[in-house]
Amino acid sequence: MRIGVVTFPGSLDDRDAARAVRIAGGESVALWHGDDDIKDVDAVILPGGFSYGDYLRCGAIARFAPVMTTIIQKAHEGMPVLGICNGFQILCESHLLPGALVRNDHQHFICRDQVLRIEDTTSAWTSSFTSGQEIVVPLKNGEGGFVADEATLDQLEGDGRVIARYVGMNPNGSRRDIAGIRNERGNVVGLMPHPEHAVEALTGPTTDGLGFFASVLTSLASSR
Amino acid sequence: MARVVVDVMLKPEILDPQGRAVQGALGRLGLNGVANVRQGKQFVIDLEGELDSDRSATLERLAAELLSNPVIEDYRLTVVEG
Repeated sequence: MRIGVVTFPGSLDDRDAARAVRIAGGESVALWHGDDDIKDVDAVILPGGFSYGDYLRCGAIARFAPVMTTIIQKAHEGMPVLGICNGFQILCESHLLPGALVRNDHQHFICRDQVLRIEDTTSAWTSSFTSGQEIVVPLKNGEGGFVADEATLDQLEGDGRVIARYVGMNPNGSRRDIAGIRNERGNVVGLMPHPEHAVEALTGPTTDGLGFFASVLTSLASSR
Repeated sequence: MARVVVDVMLKPEILDPQGRAVQGALGRLGLNGVANVRQGKQFVIDLEGELDSDRSATLERLAAELLSNPVIEDYRLTVVEG
């Protein structure tokens, strides 16, 4: 399975995301923001970082990059897309996911190992977890507070589209402790914490993050 | 020449940590009784030639699509000259 990882100017975690794909058993394919060709990949990861310097709003300029035109179209056709941190912000700015990410309520950048509870295992990126499973992955963000109006939040919860929630302390003021959500179809997932940094015992707090990458490889295999 | 100014503010219900930090600093620096501070953005756009209805409509669209995010922000577009 070929999983594309996009590099924008200012992306930081593209290499780690590509490595996570390889460790999970997939083939990682480097994609470039300025190129609308996504090289026949089966799925795409939008990595963390500070695309375009976070100018204007996080993800606001990346949304209009040539590569995003193709990714948005393919996402509407059902291609799995995972946005991590800045990638989640880009997915919200692209309107592939509802809501927005705003500055942490406590005004500080935060970097810590974070406990998450996986709440939805029907998405392309969470199927290898069990519902209610608690995992630990790194979290690092300055603008990670998920916000949406009450009706949207109710709908996300009613439809089971909250894929992960923060356990223990809410690290950034996210409404209803939301750490990640999916679209209606389940192919597009946005997640603020960083599973790609938790794929090897040597460098991560756990290897819990591998589940996201294993999930998409399994769901792609079963859809063939 | 035409000048268009677009002001973007977080919606009232969205918490503004930057505004809150500025509010604290104003108090520490001697300004008493600051009830609230909201921080926004201002875009000053100078256009060559006249602002015709086509470009005016494009500006309105881009103020909503690019310069602001309607999920969290409101914008106000003002034509200053032209």
